[in-house]
Amino acid sequence: MARSINHNANTGALPDFRNFGILLRMLLIVNGVALLASLLQAPAFRAWPAQLTGNAALVEPLLILSLLVLAVLSNLLRRLPYVMAIICIVMLELALTAALHAAGQAMYLLDPASLPRRLLIVALTTGMLLVYFDLRGRALSPALAEARLQALQARIRPHFLFNSINAVLSLVRQEPRRAETALEDLAGLFRALMADNRELTPVSHEIELCRQYLDLEQLRLGDRLRVEWHVENMPPDALVPPLALQPLLENAVYHGIEPAETPGVVSINIYGARDRLHVVLRNPYRPDGDHHAGNKMALANIRERLQLHFDVAAELTTRVGENTYEVRMVMPYVKSK
Amino acid sequence: MNTSPLRVLIVDDEAPARSRLRDLLADVGGALPVTVTGEAGNGREALRIAGAGGVDVVLLDVRMPGMDGVEVAQHLQKLEPPPAVVFTTAYDAYAIQAFELHAMDYLLKPIKASRLQEALSRVMQGAAPQPETLRRMQQAPRACLSAAERGKVHLIPVGDVLYLRAELKYVTVRTTGREYLIEESLTQLEQEFQDRFVRVHRNCLVARTAIRGFERAGAENGEGPWQVVLAGLEERIPVSRRQQHVVREFAR
Repeated sequence: MARSINHNANTGALPDFRNFGILLRMLLIVNGVALLASLLQAPAFRAWPAQLTGNAALVEPLLILSLLVLAVLSNLLRRLPYVMAIICIVMLELALTAALHAAGQAMYLLDPASLPRRLLIVALTTGMLLVYFDLRGRALSPALAEARLQALQARIRPHFLFNSINAVLSLVRQEPRRAETALEDLAGLFRALMADNRELTPVSHEIELCRQYLDLEQLRLGDRLRVEWHVENMPPDALVPPLALQPLLENAVYHGIEPAETPGVVSINIYGARDRLHVVLRNPYRPDGDHHAGNKMALANIRERLQLHFDVAAELTTRVGENTYEVRMVMPYVKSK
Repeated sequence: MNTSPLRVLIVDDEAPARSRLRDLLADVGGALPVTVTGEAGNGREALRIAGAGGVDVVLLDVRMPGMDGVEVAQHLQKLEPPPAVVFTTAYDAYAIQAFELHAMDYLLKPIKASRLQEALSRVMQGAAPQPETLRRMQQAPRACLSAAERGKVHLIPVGDVLYLRAELKYVTVRTTGREYLIEESLTQLEQEFQDRFVRVHRNCLVARTAIRGFERAGAENGEGPWQVVLAGLEERIPVSRRQQHVVREFAR
């Protein structure tokens, strides 16, 4: 029952008109339509560029103005029921078209009779875009639900779980208190893994989780693992996808520390710059060393979830230096409410 | 009856895992006489301790930095007599599959005392693993070659090897300092280390990084057969007619 309610809520959602990816899609689609229209209208192929320029003069002002108005009204529109919002948007577009037509009549010497046709084209294009975004939302919403499942499956290597339990067992007799702490950390880690991980979470939570994880690894690896945190310039209220950082640390330990005969440093640097949150993670890397094939699953999984949450506004890149491996995540700085 | 206790060497790169095994061996001690003769945090140390003698069984972790457990087991087989080996692993799908396939004894971490006892009592009757079986389990090229010398195992880091030459029954391993004889097949060595060595002759593989150049043998007129010049070595290695393409590839 809960599922079906959730499902309905998802299908009738407006796109986020302030999201860069959505804006980009609208720009591309509308210009694509203009391109096609000019190709159809042009009397000869050679006349196409001229036709395109003429159409652009009509389309671009309306397009830019629409994007601006929609971005401004975004929150207002989201509060309306879906059908109402759709009607509002179509009316808004028609009004903008009519206004621009009136304003442009003097300048471009537009034919007044062309207004009805123009209104129809705008209504159709707007409708098409809304249908597209609705379909896209439907396609993505099961994926978002699945992200939670994936998060559970691809997280935490069994290797880590069993080695950690083994380490805790070794403590039970000699150092019961440390064993207690370790079990608490393990419980905390698994609680986070099994939680509903669809919503963004404050970065401070994620860091707390990472510290629990690293404490457990330290128990096994001792001096071989050194951790450096650089979080002085981190906005603590920034929101990140849950389990965006911990799997990366797990990769760093598995590929950078465990196969190394000498101690190594894992460094985590989180900072806000303008309206972006940067997360940079470095670990030692030896080109010939690790013969267990690199596990790209965690990276692919995080990249996918970043895309689900932020579309093209977030990115995850990796860089192999001479002796270091670096993962950099950049995402919009979203504040928690 | 055999009353002398089983002498066990514990090998694991993680200190808590070693301490856990020590506790378990003490627990098992009531039913089965065992003593811990040593602990090693890596493969080299394990070979050093085992080489000193007095080890019946090695409890060997599979995933270790530097030299993995399967490689350590292969070097251990050069000892006379070779100790029995029981592998331990927390989770390594590939290794577990290989153990099952070759009917090797292994223990899954966290290890239970009863399982440990079973494995140890089986080991007391069983034979040491076959070198051939271990070789097939090796996933990646070994870090070292090993030669048995006066009851000890001498490790030769593969990076130090200048060339490998097949003699009658042995393969000569040449480093800057000296030569060793190992009982392995040149063809298998070629397959295992194909990134590192190149065949220049039917009986000889040379390290790619050690090649300084090629020259014509003997004459000034430049008509003699090609020879390889290796870093830090007076000796020249002849290139056979069939492997002439190596010279051309190097020239590029």
